[in-house]
Amino acid sequence: MDMFTVVLQVLDSTIRLSVPLLLACLAGLYSERAGIFDIGLEGKMLAGAFAAGAAATYSGSAYAGLLAAIAVSVALGLVHGFASITHRGNQIVSGVAINFIAAGTTVILGQAWFQQGGRTPSLPNAARFNPIDLPGVETLSGIPVIGAIYSELVSGHSVLVYLAFLLVPFTWWVLYRTRFGLRLRAVGENPAAVDTAGISVPWLRYRAVICCGLLCGIAGAYLATAQGAGFVKDMTAGKGYIALAALIFAKWRPVHAMFACLLFGFLDAIAIRMQGHPVPLIGEVPVQLMQALPYILTIVLLAGFIGKAIPPKAGGVAYVKER
Amino acid sequence: MSQPFAKLPAWADYGLLPLINLIVAFFVAGLVVLLVGESPIDAAVLMVKGAFGSGDGVGYTLYYATNFIFTGLCVAVAFHCGLFNIGGEGQAYIGGLGVAVIGLGLGNILPWWITFPLAIIASGLVGALWALIPAWLQAKRGSHVVITTIMFNFIAASIMVYLLVGYLKASGTQAPETRVFGDGGQLPGLGWMLSLIGLNMRSAPLNISFLLALVAAFLVWVLIWRTKLGYEIRTMGYSPKAARYAGIGEVRIIVITMMISGALAGMMALNPIMGAQHRVQLDFVAGAGFVGIAVALMGRSHPAGIVLAAILFGMLYQGGAEIAFDMPNISRDMIVIIQGLVILFAGALEHMFRPTLLRVLQRLARTKRQSTPAVAAEGGQ
Repeated sequence: MDMFTVVLQVLDSTIRLSVPLLLACLAGLYSERAGIFDIGLEGKMLAGAFAAGAAATYSGSAYAGLLAAIAVSVALGLVHGFASITHRGNQIVSGVAINFIAAGTTVILGQAWFQQGGRTPSLPNAARFNPIDLPGVETLSGIPVIGAIYSELVSGHSVLVYLAFLLVPFTWWVLYRTRFGLRLRAVGENPAAVDTAGISVPWLRYRAVICCGLLCGIAGAYLATAQGAGFVKDMTAGKGYIALAALIFAKWRPVHAMFACLLFGFLDAIAIRMQGHPVPLIGEVPVQLMQALPYILTIVLLAGFIGKAIPPKAGGVAYVKER
Repeated sequence: MSQPFAKLPAWADYGLLPLINLIVAFFVAGLVVLLVGESPIDAAVLMVKGAFGSGDGVGYTLYYATNFIFTGLCVAVAFHCGLFNIGGEGQAYIGGLGVAVIGLGLGNILPWWITFPLAIIASGLVGALWALIPAWLQAKRGSHVVITTIMFNFIAASIMVYLLVGYLKASGTQAPETRVFGDGGQLPGLGWMLSLIGLNMRSAPLNISFLLALVAAFLVWVLIWRTKLGYEIRTMGYSPKAARYAGIGEVRIIVITMMISGALAGMMALNPIMGAQHRVQLDFVAGAGFVGIAVALMGRSHPAGIVLAAILFGMLYQGGAEIAFDMPNISRDMIVIIQGLVILFAGALEHMFRPTLLRVLQRLARTKRQSTPAVAAEGGQ
C-alpha cells in the first residue's frame, strides 16, 4: 500500500473518530459557556447511544433512534439542570451522578430487554445512518489526487458527520452573532448583570443545558447507529471526558473545538493504525501512550505551557438572586 | 429570605435529611428494579441475606467496605478543603505500584508484619505523589482539580496497563498480572475476629487492612477536628478568603490536603492486592475510587458516617453479586445505578427537601407552642 493511501485512510478514520468528540465538545461548550459545568457529557452520550440502539431496533428506523437518543439525553440534561440550576446543587457532583446512572441503567435495561449481556441487537443497514455519496464523486474520480481525496475523505460519510461539522460554524454564529449567544456568554461570565437586564438566568441556563443534551444525544446516536451497528456496553469509553479535555484545549471556542477534536481523533486513528507497527527511529510506540496522549496534552496545557485556559468566570457557581 | 437556606436543627440536618435523601435514592432504584420485571422487596431481602446471612457473606461485605472506607476518606478529606478529588480511582490504581514493589521485592524475604508497614508507606506515597500534580496545578495555576484528576485517572490506567502487559507480567503466563507474592507479601485474614461472634468466614478475603481502614478513619477524624492543620483545611474549605486573611498558605494547604487524600486512596490498594489476590491484576480497583464519592457524600464527610456508608455499599456489592444468581435481570450494574442515585440525591440534590422539611418542622413547633398554654391553663383549673 502506498503512502498516499495510508495517509488518506488515517485521515478518513480521524474524521470518523472525531465526530462524537466534536458533538460532545460542542454540547459542553453551550453548557459551560452558560456557567454550567458538565462532567456528565459521557453519561448523556452513553444513554443516548443506548436509546438510539434500542429505538432503532424496535422501529427499524435510524431517525427514530436519533429522536429517542435526543429525548433521553435532554431528559438527563434537565436532571442536571434541575439539580444545579433550580436546587443550586454542586454541578460536578450532579454530573458524576448522571454518568453513573447512565452507565448502570443502560446495562441493566439492555440485559432485561434484549438478553445479550447489555448490548442491543445488531442493527441492519436499513436502521442505521449509512454513508452517503456526495454529488460529483464520479466526475472527480478521474483527477489523480483530488479525486481520491474527494471520494475517500470528503464524500462517503453518514449524514451525522456532515451535521457535526456544519454545527461548528452554526455554533460560532449562535454564540457570537445572535442575541441568545450574547446572553449565553454573559450568563456564564456575570449572571448578575444578565439578571439586572431583566433576563431570567435560570431559563437561559436551562436552554443551554437543553442544547447540551440535544448535541450529546446526536453524539450517542452517531456511536450506536452510524459508527457502530447497535449499542455495546460502555460504548463511549471515556469519549465524554476526552471531549471535555478538547473543550479546555479549545479554550471554550467553537472553531478551536473542532481542531482540538480533530487532533484527538487523529491521535486515536494513529494509535489504531500503529498497533504492532514500529515507527522508524523511535521503535514501537506503546498503544497506551497514544491513548493517554489527549489527557497528557491537556494537562500540559493546563500547566500553562501552551497558553492559558481561562474558563467562563461564573462556571460552576449557582446563581443566587438575592444576597 | 436573604439567606439561601434557613438553618435546620442539628438532628434534622445530620440525621433526618440525609435519611430522606437516601430513602428517595433507594426508592428510585426500586423503580428501576420494577422496570426490569423483578420485585424490589424480594431483591432487597435477597441482598441483605446475601450480605449478612452467612459468615462468608459478612466477610465479603466487610472486605468491600474496606476499599470504600479508604476511598471515601480520600474524597472526604478533599471535600473539607473545598476540593473535589475525583481521582481516587487513579490514585488507588497507581498506589498498587507501591504495593507491588514491596510485595514482589520483599515478600519472599521478610515476614508480613514488616512488609505491611512498608507497603502502607509505599502505597500511600505513590498515591500522594499521583495527587501532587493536580494539587499543584490547582494551587498555582487555578486549573480545576476535577478536570486534572479525571485526566490523571486515565493516565494512571494507561500506565498500569502498559506495565502489567509488559514489565510486571509474570513470566510464562498470558494474563496481564504480576506473579503471586511470597508469604511475606500476604496479609493475615480476620477469620478469628468473625469467629468471636460465631461466624465462619470460610474463603472470604477479609483481612487485616480492614483494621487499618478503621485506624485511618479515626486518624482522619483527629486530623480534621483536633489538629491545627485540620482547622486550616476546614477554614480553607469554608472560606478561602477568610483563610487567606488569617495567613493560611493557600498553596501549602491545597497541596498537603490533596496529598493526604491521594495517600488514603493509594492505601486502598493494600486490601485487594496484599490482602486478597496476593498479586497485582488489571483493574483491581474496579470502580472503588468512584464509590468513594458516594460514600463520602452519604457519610457527610465524617469518618463515622463514612464507615457506616462504606459498610452499606459493601453490602450492596456483596448482596448484589448474590442477587444475580436468583434474578438474572439484575447484575452488579444495579449497584452502579444505586451509586449514581445516592450521589444525585445525597449530593447534588441534598437541599431539595430542605425547604419542605423546614416548613414541616416549623409548623410542628408552632402547633406545639399553641398547645402548651392550653395544657397549662387546664392544669391551673
